[in-house]
Amino acid sequence: MSSANPYGSAPTHHMLSVLVQNRPGVLARVASLFARRGYNIFSLAVAPTEQVEYSRITIVVDVESAPLEQIVKQLFKLIDVVRISELDPRKSVERELMVATVKAGGTERAEIVELVNIFEGRILSVGSDAVIVSLDGSPEKLDDFTELLRQYGITESQRTGRVALPKLDTATKVAKAPNTQGKAK
Amino acid sequence: MTSKQTKAGKLGEKITGAEALIRGLEMENVDVMFGLPGGCILPAYDPLLKSSIRHILVRHEQGAGHMAEGYAHVTGRPGVAMVTSGPAATNMVTPLCDAFMDSIPMVAITGQVSTSAIGTDAFQECDTVGITRSITKHNELVMSAEDLPMAIRQAFHIATTGRPGPVLIDVPKDVLQNTMSWNWPTDDEVADSLPGYKPNTKGHTRMIKEAAQLILRSERPVLYVGGGVLKARAADALRALAELTQIPVVTTLMARGAFPDDHPLCLGMPGMHGTATAVTAMQKSDLLIALGARFDDRVTGKVNGFAPDAKIIHVDIDPAEQGKVRKPDVPIVGDCRLVIEEMVKAIQELLQGGTAQANVDPWRSRVSGWQEQFPLTYEQSEPGGPLKPQFCLEKLRDAAPEGTILVSGVGQHQMWSSQYWRFNEPYTWVNSGGLGTMGFSVPAAIGAKVGRPDKTVWAIDGDGCFQMTAQELVTASIEKIPVKIGILNNSYLGMVRQWQEMFYDERYSEVYLSPDTPNYVKWAEAMGCVGIRVDDPSEVEAAIDKANSINDRPVVVDFRVDAREIVYPMIAPGTTNDAIMLPPSQSGRKEFLK
Repeated sequence: MSSANPYGSAPTHHMLSVLVQNRPGVLARVASLFARRGYNIFSLAVAPTEQVEYSRITIVVDVESAPLEQIVKQLFKLIDVVRISELDPRKSVERELMVATVKAGGTERAEIVELVNIFEGRILSVGSDAVIVSLDGSPEKLDDFTELLRQYGITESQRTGRVALPKLDTATKVAKAPNTQGKAK
Repeated sequence: MTSKQTKAGKLGEKITGAEALIRGLEMENVDVMFGLPGGCILPAYDPLLKSSIRHILVRHEQGAGHMAEGYAHVTGRPGVAMVTSGPAATNMVTPLCDAFMDSIPMVAITGQVSTSAIGTDAFQECDTVGITRSITKHNELVMSAEDLPMAIRQAFHIATTGRPGPVLIDVPKDVLQNTMSWNWPTDDEVADSLPGYKPNTKGHTRMIKEAAQLILRSERPVLYVGGGVLKARAADALRALAELTQIPVVTTLMARGAFPDDHPLCLGMPGMHGTATAVTAMQKSDLLIALGARFDDRVTGKVNGFAPDAKIIHVDIDPAEQGKVRKPDVPIVGDCRLVIEEMVKAIQELLQGGTAQANVDPWRSRVSGWQEQFPLTYEQSEPGGPLKPQFCLEKLRDAAPEGTILVSGVGQHQMWSSQYWRFNEPYTWVNSGGLGTMGFSVPAAIGAKVGRPDKTVWAIDGDGCFQMTAQELVTASIEKIPVKIGILNNSYLGMVRQWQEMFYDERYSEVYLSPDTPNYVKWAEAMGCVGIRVDDPSEVEAAIDKANSINDRPVVVDFRVDAREIVYPMIAPGTTNDAIMLPPSQSGRKEFLK
């Protein structure tokens, strides 16, 4: 499976990789800015980076809700935001993790195990009539996997939201319209 | 600091967090602060006893916030307010939001319950940082006394640089009580602590050059001047640009005084209640040079019908203002003063290089035609008729000492103040523009007078506004701050009444206050002020003279004005600026607005 958007079409979402100072309340600042300005968050993933003083927030935003440029500029105004990179889904490596509890009684169990093997997933827990499976990969791969599992009955599932980095040999486009220069170096 | 000594104490000295807080404020050259003590902030009030900082004890925390704003408006220095936790902090919410909307540099210090009690719903606990997150430029809960000096330095740095705004520091009681070792971060340490904060002040050279070319090419240009010009202290630079290019100037509600009203190029205020000339000049313009202005809905009217033929040069220090409302043809991010100065140089270079400026004379004469046809006007009463609010303002203006600072509340009286005063100096107009905070004027006037004791400070208030914050006149009396308040008292929430008259078929709902309660003269006297009541036009001048002659206490003049008076011109909400409604005496001449 390709890790990039396999369709190569115009993206329906934008990914922002936001480097922030790792300080109390920084996620609340970002989230409340989105709420206050009426921007929609599609998914969100947060964790410290290799430098402990910084965290990286990967936000997938719905481009319908507001012009991306305005979202980026408003985010820049938060004092704790250090750098914003816009990641084009076609030029980025995206990964997401999911876990799901799937009904697996009788013969269906073997089919599910086979499916998990094909997708290179894992079985994390086995019960008398259900299994918990996990899969990491591109969001599209997770979508496909979810679709195929649905026929067996998914009783619970959780996805992490995507994390992403720019593909190698592709310059990261630091969000830098002529009017945002000077903030992120 | 070069040695191990700061002016407020020796580095490494063991002091309490409270002492460090007050020292920090002294280090930031704070000369006055406005506040009211209470439980959690109590420790900070003890070292204040031996501090050089003057503290003005307010009667309500909202008053402290607006006083800090008024002080900042007229001095350009950050206003400082200090209050306790919980209800005091929530009372600070309105001034913080007001300062945020109008880009006023302000530092608010709030007490907080002790660190161990945070999150337990302790007495007078509230999530101050959470509540004020979206209405401050930045806020910070300080969890250790050692961190206080850096928090203070960051707060003043952030509040006063870039696009100014309010910063709040929330300090738990135990942080104030704990011992720390006195330190004062250097400029470099402050900069390093804020890797994500680097406001760009110098405009892009190529963009400035492009703007200069566009300015010289345009035939119907207008300088659209906003509050950012005052924040950047760019009034002189603006005047040089206007006079070099002979381009007419409109000054928004936040920019009144940034360009002299008496100047032949000045067209007055644009927008919903702007002059017909300012509004129409923008509508017909082929180039708007927006300087520190944000295309507010009260200026643009219906956005897609605003200045339809105009190209836009937009100078603003806040990148997020570029394209927020109207896409600029030439965006320039930078400090208005620096950018305008560079723009003047670029234009001069082009002119010296042989580029000729398009002929703006036909445009100027068209604009002057509008000025002649559509001056601000109202119908004066026949003798024995009611007192007109505009008449009071004209008399007040004509009798005001040079350099008088005018402060207003929000509503009809605010629009008349902006229209009928002549603002010829910057920093002589203080009002609540963005948030539209009723009750702003009394405390803001007090703060302005504290900041500029050398100047006469008049507040024009409505009777509705006055009743919201009048108690601060007790503060003014006790602290000997001789402000003058003129209430344009029409017994109504006048602007709401105007909208109900015009847009709700004169169905007046909950706008009538009372003709005789409160008794403003008695109320003023009870608060230690001189109270004067004016019912008839013939009494106006004497009352104003008397008020101007009193300088040992506040004065309140209750002008009983005609409730039927309407603010004209007006652009109805949801319509374009072409649909301007003129005063009845001019409405027959509308075809001249072409």
